[in-house]
Amino acid sequence: MPTLTINGMNVDVPQGTTILNAAKEVGVEIPHYCYHPKLSIAGNCRMCLVEIEKFPKLQTACSTVVNDGMVVRTDTDKVRKAVTGVLELMLIHHPIDCPICDQAGECGLQNYYMKFGLHRSRYALEEKVHKKKVQDIGGQIVLDAERCILCSRCVRFLTEVTGTQELNFFSRGDHSEISIFPGKPLSNNYTGNLADICPVGALTSKDFRFKCRVWFLKAFDSICTGCSKGCNVDAHHKGDILYRLKPRWNDAVNQAWMCDFGRLTYKAMNEARLLTPFMREEGARKVAAWGSLLPDVAFRLKAAAEKGGPDRVAVIASPQSSNEELFLLRRLATELLGTKNLAFTHRVAGDGFADDFLIRADKNPNSRGAQLLGIPDGEAFDALVSKIAAGGIDALLVFGNVLGPLSEEETAALLSDVPLVVQVGTNEGPVSKAATAVLPSASVAERGGTFTNHAGRVQRFRFGFPPRGKAKNPVEILVALGNRLGAGWTFAGEASVFKAIAGTEPPFSGMSYDSIGMFGQEIK
Amino acid sequence: MTIGIKKVARPREMSFPESLYLVEIVKGLGVTMGHMLSNIVRQEGIKTIEYPEVRREMPPRFRGCHRLMKREDGSPRCVACYCCATACPAKCITIVAGESPDPGVEKYPVRFDIDMLRCVFCGMCVEACPCDAIRMDTGWFTPPDDTREKLIFTIDTLLEK
Repeated sequence: MPTLTINGMNVDVPQGTTILNAAKEVGVEIPHYCYHPKLSIAGNCRMCLVEIEKFPKLQTACSTVVNDGMVVRTDTDKVRKAVTGVLELMLIHHPIDCPICDQAGECGLQNYYMKFGLHRSRYALEEKVHKKKVQDIGGQIVLDAERCILCSRCVRFLTEVTGTQELNFFSRGDHSEISIFPGKPLSNNYTGNLADICPVGALTSKDFRFKCRVWFLKAFDSICTGCSKGCNVDAHHKGDILYRLKPRWNDAVNQAWMCDFGRLTYKAMNEARLLTPFMREEGARKVAAWGSLLPDVAFRLKAAAEKGGPDRVAVIASPQSSNEELFLLRRLATELLGTKNLAFTHRVAGDGFADDFLIRADKNPNSRGAQLLGIPDGEAFDALVSKIAAGGIDALLVFGNVLGPLSEEETAALLSDVPLVVQVGTNEGPVSKAATAVLPSASVAERGGTFTNHAGRVQRFRFGFPPRGKAKNPVEILVALGNRLGAGWTFAGEASVFKAIAGTEPPFSGMSYDSIGMFGQEIK
Repeated sequence: MTIGIKKVARPREMSFPESLYLVEIVKGLGVTMGHMLSNIVRQEGIKTIEYPEVRREMPPRFRGCHRLMKREDGSPRCVACYCCATACPAKCITIVAGESPDPGVEKYPVRFDIDMLRCVFCGMCVEACPCDAIRMDTGWFTPPDDTREKLIFTIDTLLEK
């Protein structure tokens, strides 16, 4: 364990640590552009220069490994002057088009200029070298070569993480710029990460382009619902509109990355949402009030179970629901309605695409959780579907917007003969077009809970903002329905439900929201 | 300091002819007529102006209604950077940015609305603008109108001013 001094503070770090990381330990900020913890060390931006005693020249903190007894200073005049000089050189050809740059507000150049620069430009405006702006280079990325500081983070990402190597440096000197090879656009499923790792506005997101200024956005911790990998994300929103998802670092799941499909899953939370509860009477939608619809639905479910026997009532769960909702739904089906017709399917239309990095074939965030909570998958679902098709079901409670891989026509044909179809869902879809009663549910951003990913890691997604329209948290809907069916539940919110899960479900025993924390916890 | 009592003279009681008001009304009309006649004779001495046809000259730093500046080709100078909307304490500026057909411009405001009923005329938007695209030098107060919607000035209105 080498001991070194940084700005007069002693710090013990493991052998092989770089000065930059050692400084982070004691809370000393060393500016840097090219260094990224998940990529190899390049040492080409020269922003992290520090003074080390007995070294004749300044050293780059990102690439210098600590030695015992090193005395490092980051606050001397010599360092400050060097860093300001480096920054001035970087800004020489910068177009300073912050007003139209999406990176403004989270830009490395803006931040470090205010901290370490504040110099006046000594370079004439008309002598600046101009490069090509607004280049669509494929994937989710727009390239502006002028804003680039040639840190090579993107080049290293495409070499080391995706291995596709689409970007590289071209030309020399002032004319040096980053670009794709002619006619070879970005072609991998992780291009969105380039916009995240680019410290300046050279690589920005095509999807987020000009949508919102970043300083208006607020973030909350969430989980991507695009597949069973369960990538940790930061969801950025303004009011009740989600604007983008960014990967949240979790070394056990997604490191610092996420895929392009996952990045766009936020759109479903903004568009084509079910916002008011309604009944379908003679084919027409009739808006209903929660206060009358909930007792009505509960009464009709109960009546169906009493009239034809519980075997003529069915419940279809959704792997898009959280553990808490699935637990309550299972209890509602088995204990309150007394039916054995409970199933879900992890299959969806067009699933199956997977790779060996982050993208999983199962396109649902919580299939594993549903299985662990004892809800049958696969064959049970197929059996239930054929039972519905044969006319063996009088009342059906459906969670989710789709019935597995069934198309809109198939769903409509299947559900048309069922007298009562109650849906709890977030978006317009095949089920909402066929359901007799629709209870709008809050989206992932509008409620809290836990998902269990493919590897059995239970992870929390947080409440971001109140549900849009008249949508309700599904936990609330289930408790209200359950209590009208005589459950006597006193759950208030998902936390109390999770406590019950931890108490009765063996895979989750001993877990709590505290033990899951920011990064999740593996099931036993 | 102690609180004293100050004696104030009570108004004098009116005499009988005064309390009939007849003579007093004629006297008052005399003053009015006198002013009218002198204004007809010497019109340059009139204190009032016929607003809005005639307008008082405003001091150069007067902050009136906003206007958006144009480039030489007539397109708005604004690049939809949201700096004014960020600086606005009354939150009266609504901007929607879009991709400009001109690649040299890149970003332009598809919508730029100022709610004049909310505006407090503080001038922060002008101060914040990096492109000198918004100014408050029209010298106009908010004109009256009969609906709230008409007082939300859109980009077209603001470019015309």
